[in-house]
Amino acid sequence: MNIVIFGATSAIAQAWARLHAAQGAGFYLVGRDAGKLESVKHDLLTRGASEVQLHPADLAQVQDYGLMVDKIYAHWPTIDTVLFAQGSLPDQRKLEKNIAPLRAMLELNTMSYILPASLIAERMAKKGCGRVVLISSAAGDRGRQSNYFYGTSKAAVTTFAQGLRNHVFKYGVQVLTVKPGFVDTPMTANIAKSGPLWATPEQIATCIENGLQKKKDVIYAPWFWQIIMLVIRHIPEAIFKRLGL
Amino acid sequence: MPIKTANRAWGRYFNYSQEDYALYWPQDSLPAVENSLLPYGLGRSYGDSCLNDGGALVHAESLNRMIDFNSDTGVLRCEAGVSLADVLQLCVPYGWFLPATPGTKFVTVGGAIANDVHGKNHHNGGTFGRYVRVFELLRSDGSRRLCSPNVNTEFYCATIGGLGLTGFIVWAEIQLLKVQNAFVDDDSFQCQNLDHCLQLFEQSRESHQYRVAWIDCLAQGEALGRGIFSRANHCSNKTLPAMLVPRKKLSVPFTLPPYVLNKHTVTAFNALYFRKLGGVRKNSRLDYDAFFYPLDNIHHWNRIYGPRGFLQYQCVITKEPRAALHALLARIARSGQASFLSVLKEFGDLKSPGMLSFPRKGFTLALDFPNLGQSTLDLLNDLDAIVREAEGAIYPAKDARMSPDMYRYGYPAIQDFIQYIDPKFSSSFWRRVQP
Repeated sequence: MNIVIFGATSAIAQAWARLHAAQGAGFYLVGRDAGKLESVKHDLLTRGASEVQLHPADLAQVQDYGLMVDKIYAHWPTIDTVLFAQGSLPDQRKLEKNIAPLRAMLELNTMSYILPASLIAERMAKKGCGRVVLISSAAGDRGRQSNYFYGTSKAAVTTFAQGLRNHVFKYGVQVLTVKPGFVDTPMTANIAKSGPLWATPEQIATCIENGLQKKKDVIYAPWFWQIIMLVIRHIPEAIFKRLGL
Repeated sequence: MPIKTANRAWGRYFNYSQEDYALYWPQDSLPAVENSLLPYGLGRSYGDSCLNDGGALVHAESLNRMIDFNSDTGVLRCEAGVSLADVLQLCVPYGWFLPATPGTKFVTVGGAIANDVHGKNHHNGGTFGRYVRVFELLRSDGSRRLCSPNVNTEFYCATIGGLGLTGFIVWAEIQLLKVQNAFVDDDSFQCQNLDHCLQLFEQSRESHQYRVAWIDCLAQGEALGRGIFSRANHCSNKTLPAMLVPRKKLSVPFTLPPYVLNKHTVTAFNALYFRKLGGVRKNSRLDYDAFFYPLDNIHHWNRIYGPRGFLQYQCVITKEPRAALHALLARIARSGQASFLSVLKEFGDLKSPGMLSFPRKGFTLALDFPNLGQSTLDLLNDLDAIVREAEGAIYPAKDARMSPDMYRYGYPAIQDFIQYIDPKFSSSFWRRVQP
């Protein structure tokens, strides 16, 4: 199996990749930090991966995704699964005051999903098979004052994935939207993690794998976020705007 | 901004609060904190050796990447937060097993080194530290030292069994043990009393890799020290599978009320357990999970001891072990304080490189007691006196209450050890045992 991962040093991506390394999958890893990519490479090879290619790139600053995707397809004529897991969760307050980090976040959380995913999905559609996994977020389901910039970046991914799925489904390509809740990763290192709502990257990885195997379209990870977000989505806006969420 | 949470050690006895930090990558630096630091793995130490009240814990759990594994030689290099469970999952299918393993596989490689853990094969395998070929030690001044038996030898010896005080282990390389499959052949006996039990230990010293006895601590008089003795070897049959069949895990979903465990329920449990073989001897072939890690199958088993937690007590006795064990068991049986996980093992004389290593030639008894407050502490102090008489020591990884004096008595190498402590590192245990 040929697997491409964008944001390969993310904790969720690493945990999911391990599930496939043991089965002898090959990996093409895109990520910002060459040293960290090297650590991930050794990990996957030791756990049984057949090959690991590294492509260091800052996904907040890629000029030409066409070139990047061409390079991947020059290495492998077929990609079985592509996972998008990159992202940043900056402090909402800082984004309110400063446009540069906001732009960088939108580039990383949104553009670097939409642009390469549409190029790769096109190629998969031509082959008649493939799987595109996009990590969105439960935070994208409804804008809240505490993190609506991040929520916006993820809502765009969710909407994009809906449309893409609608477009490529008939060609046999699966598009899976993953909406995690709170996950204990470096991205959330500065948030107090107590209570039963917090999940580990390994749990999210298992949810993704189950979603892929059951040919799901959208999954919440873990599942109970589906119920939480069902409630949150259905609060009338007239009431919701008054809540301190 | 650091996050404060109450990290509880496995005994759930202390309720300390400390700031949580983590290292996510081998190249990460240690956090700059005002107070002290302590590396933290999976929190399976029972007392306060993995806690740092008022200071910071640096979590190693995310340093869980493999670096290299040679399936011909059985040499594994991995980051320090890799768990023994992960090591087994990777290596057993290639025919390699841990050369020394504690009774849980949910500990990290870094933690196994820092506590120089041992298993049921100490008499022919020694401690975990003996199989550590090299590791990288990160100090609070930012320096990184490769430590091995030949390079930075003092730091190598101080860090093995050094309770995380000498610096942060980033990665390590260990030598694994060759096995043919995932099974052991177990040969268990019902022993009627302590002498019978010790006799079986003696008889099996040469013939078996693993020896352990479960003791019914509530039995008195003629039956004092009765229990189940178990001896085993790795199964040599090459045609058996090296993979485990996944089994369903049980979990204790919440902390049980304190009255669940009492003298009567434990007496009943022990009486049943004593008869579990259905006879006086039983041979069985067990997979490694069933033989080495029976309690790992019950997640959060520590919750059965209720909200006040429990105290583990593990000692080693070196002089006249028969008399000392008699004295220990008699004192425990008389107290009526219920311990239903009482384990007796015999240590051999294989030397660990660790300066502060716990195992030494003799017998080791591990017990757990629900925390009943002062009466439990009184009992344990009495046991300390017997251990001291028998020229023994207490295991820091299990301890929550030994006196500074008792610690110094058991570990005379402390005087030499202190020079290798990182000035920014400390633990609640370490501060507690200072005179």
